[in-house]
Amino acid sequence: MAANGERKTVAPDQRCAIGLTFGNSYSSIACTIDDSAVVIANEDGDRQIPSILSYVDGEEYTGVQAKAFLVRNAENTVVSFRDFLGQDFKSIDPTHCHAAAHPQDASGSVAFSIKDKAEGDANTVSVSEVATRYIRRLVQSASDYLGKKVTSAVLTIPTNFTDKQCEALIQAANNADLEVLQLIKEPVADVLAYDARPEAIVEDKNIVVADLGGSRSDVAVIASRGGMYTILATAHDYEFAGVHLDKVLMDHFAKEFMKKNKDVDPRENARSLAKLKAESEAAKKALSIGTNASFSVESLAEGIDFQSTINRLRYETVARNVLGGINRLVEGVVKSAGLDVLDIDEVILSGGTSHTPKIAANMRNIFPESTQIQAPSTNPSAINPSELQARGAALQASLIQEYDTEDVEQSTHPAVTTVAHVTNAIGVVSVGHDGAETFSPIIAPETAVPARRTIHINAPKEGGDVLIKVIEGNTHIKVTKPEPKAEKKGEKDEDDSDFSDEEEEEDKREKVWKSGETLAEAAVRDIKKGSKVEVTVNVAADLGVTITAREVGGKGGVRGNIAAP
Amino acid sequence: MASTTKVERPLPTLPEGWSAEKDFKPVGKTTGSTQRTIEPVGPHFLAHARRARHKRTFSEDDRIQAQEKAKNIEQDDDSDVSEPEDPMMLQAQAKDWKQQDHYQVLGLSKYRFKATEDQIKRAHRKKVLKHHPDKKAASGATEDDNFFKCIQKATEVLLDPVKRRQFDSVDEKADVEPPTKAQSQKNYLKSWGRVFKAEARFSKIPNVPMLGGDDATKAEVDEFYNFWYNFDSWRTFEYLDEDVPDDNENRDHKRHMERKNANARKKKKADDNARLRKLLDECAAGDERIKNFRKQANAAKNKKKADKEAAEAKAKEDARLKKEADEKAAKEAEEKAKTDREANKKAKEAAKTAVKKNKRILKGSVKDANYFAAAGEPSAEQVNNVLNDVDVVQGKVDPEEIAALAGKLNGLKVADEIKGVWAAEVKRLVDAGKLKDGEVKVFA
Repeated sequence: MAANGERKTVAPDQRCAIGLTFGNSYSSIACTIDDSAVVIANEDGDRQIPSILSYVDGEEYTGVQAKAFLVRNAENTVVSFRDFLGQDFKSIDPTHCHAAAHPQDASGSVAFSIKDKAEGDANTVSVSEVATRYIRRLVQSASDYLGKKVTSAVLTIPTNFTDKQCEALIQAANNADLEVLQLIKEPVADVLAYDARPEAIVEDKNIVVADLGGSRSDVAVIASRGGMYTILATAHDYEFAGVHLDKVLMDHFAKEFMKKNKDVDPRENARSLAKLKAESEAAKKALSIGTNASFSVESLAEGIDFQSTINRLRYETVARNVLGGINRLVEGVVKSAGLDVLDIDEVILSGGTSHTPKIAANMRNIFPESTQIQAPSTNPSAINPSELQARGAALQASLIQEYDTEDVEQSTHPAVTTVAHVTNAIGVVSVGHDGAETFSPIIAPETAVPARRTIHINAPKEGGDVLIKVIEGNTHIKVTKPEPKAEKKGEKDEDDSDFSDEEEEEDKREKVWKSGETLAEAAVRDIKKGSKVEVTVNVAADLGVTITAREVGGKGGVRGNIAAP
Repeated sequence: MASTTKVERPLPTLPEGWSAEKDFKPVGKTTGSTQRTIEPVGPHFLAHARRARHKRTFSEDDRIQAQEKAKNIEQDDDSDVSEPEDPMMLQAQAKDWKQQDHYQVLGLSKYRFKATEDQIKRAHRKKVLKHHPDKKAASGATEDDNFFKCIQKATEVLLDPVKRRQFDSVDEKADVEPPTKAQSQKNYLKSWGRVFKAEARFSKIPNVPMLGGDDATKAEVDEFYNFWYNFDSWRTFEYLDEDVPDDNENRDHKRHMERKNANARKKKKADDNARLRKLLDECAAGDERIKNFRKQANAAKNKKKADKEAAEAKAKEDARLKKEADEKAAKEAEEKAKTDREANKKAKEAAKTAVKKNKRILKGSVKDANYFAAAGEPSAEQVNNVLNDVDVVQGKVDPEEIAALAGKLNGLKVADEIKGVWAAEVKRLVDAGKLKDGEVKVFA
């Protein structure tokens, strides 16, 4: 990160590093034990700690305890303040703070007026100070769990955080006596958490990471090439997120309440609204696990108790708009990355809202069957979406904690991180089933160079001399019209469509490789029967290519260079 | 790197007549690339950053990484460089194992209590390889396995945590002698620091505060001395016990020996505590920092006192000056009042005399005018009338007007002129409303 100023640094051997995800709605802390990430529960037993700070008679509360005070002590409770860090007052969106302490203009920056001492009037506390106090509590929880003082952390940030916001976040963490080892982007932390599983295989794939949080949804398309990640496109949305699902439920139950109790709208009274909101969120979470949820609030409005139930189908119907918005968001970002849904190999759902089964089901419908959807309802081995980012951050922290701060800074320098990515795939010509020449990719498009890949490719059954023709290739979407229906992008509604990567011409849409420019030709001679040929393509930083080909297990082989363009 | 991908589709066979130099023929060039930012995250990025920063290729990096790993292992092996063996030590008898320096036997003299279990094991193995009696026999030497037994005994003691602690307790070779006067003059804190660093090994509490440097704060120095004056040592002296005879011998003797040993241990422990205390006293006595802190504290105290005194003196002086000034002012005021009074008195008297004089002139003027009698002696009634009028006029005018009138009358001898002046004066008074018509008879 290219920023200066006084930074807190800790010598590598003194460090005790954790991963910290500080979100608008919830935060998580994680550490690594024996190279696997573990999310830490705070003293209340929560692994997702609401990002809320509340003061009652000078006593400071965070997490679930603070959240409970939204009903009784809203004016001294600060919520949803992460995004205000490093922002001007005029550019913030105070919607989510409506039912809590309101942000105020403190000479351009954002502050809250809260009564944080037992005596005296309300104090003006800057958002940076609020964040510092909150982070301090998180670090304290982690220190208590680990039994030693936590000195350093890797923090996650949304992809659209500006330098100023990063700086403010680092400052807030430093003020809480926490060294920031690195700020990593949230979607990348998610991918890292999946790639760090022992069973994960490093391969070239395109991943869509949908981080669906409480107050915002961020979607990113990431090219994962040999364990290196490049973000191809991102989209941010503040209209289709967790609170909007809560809102849908709130409206649903409020209407039901009004049906039973004429002209009493629980949404008109602040306290009733807070109760309604808290219970709606609980109902939403229950619906992510079970098919039915009960909703009961004592004295919801005007002293009237309210009890009701909702089933998942009903919920999905009333939440149709929000869920549809999320679908459009995901589809849009795939398109803006210049890809097709067929190009996506994996979809990772992250963030609390991702527990909603319908969202995972929608993703399943949008993407082809070959795409893995990493969500608890579609994949039993998926990691808890709420824990992904903290895990990724903790893994990164354990990777870099033994490096000097300078080392980390140099390694993250743009000179190192900004490299050329090949636009076209590089591969060899092989013979398809029908005898036609087809393209077999070795290096995928959008691979960062320098890159090295090796493939083992079958030689003809009878052996002998083979031709290795190295060419560039690219994909295009082949649309074959079956009978009457002309299918364009409407496979969302198709349940029985059968997609596959192989060249079968029965279906409507498929991804096919198109051969491009020939780069080189080489010959490997006298191959034994049933043997294989190993082809290694090495692309240098200047896009020069070295090709090595030999029979597997054989000696010698051919080697040649293609000069840089 | 990424594992190799397997492709099932076969390669095409080489067309007839295809040939190229070394079977390789470059045709085109890669087209198109985009500059993008890779996320600096994950183990593979670390590898990329390493390659990029050191400008290595894949294969170079693989080789260097492998070499580094190999080197690490090698270094570990070499880390306990064998010390030269003292020929005297090699002659040692196994039965004298209590006297031997176990660390020296294993070649760990420079590590002593710091030697790790792993180091001890490796040192043992090394020594065994060298001094095994079978090896000696093979090389034709005598079958003397005394030193080999010493090695075994040393390992036995050092690998048993209890026994090792007992030995470390009495391992005086790890002690650092307190510096002599000459040494301590050169670098007092450093030379004493080494002493306490060595002593710190006996602490039951980890993280022993160290003597520190010249720049240590008062709190740090205080902490050091407080800690060390209350030092909690695990040092024991069982190792120096005399041998207790076996059970089957005299039981009384055995108990006697045990008691003796216990007492000896106690005494040694007390001596050791006293020794440490003495060390500390010596160190503290010469510690310039303590003196400096005392000086600073005194200076601060004195400064306060001096400030207070100065403030008091100043207040006193101020009060005195104020009093003097007040007195002076009062005196001046009094004097001024006195002179004023006198001047007033004089003026009044002068005025009085002037009035008297003027009145005399007025009366004299009418007398000079012979009381305005035509001729001869004026009648008593006429005189009385005139004098009455004069009195009336005199009573009506103030001293200044009398003076003016007297000025006008002075020197006039002619009766008519005098009467004219009087008449004019009476007329002025009547005009001014001070006199009524008819009040004056003669001057009307």
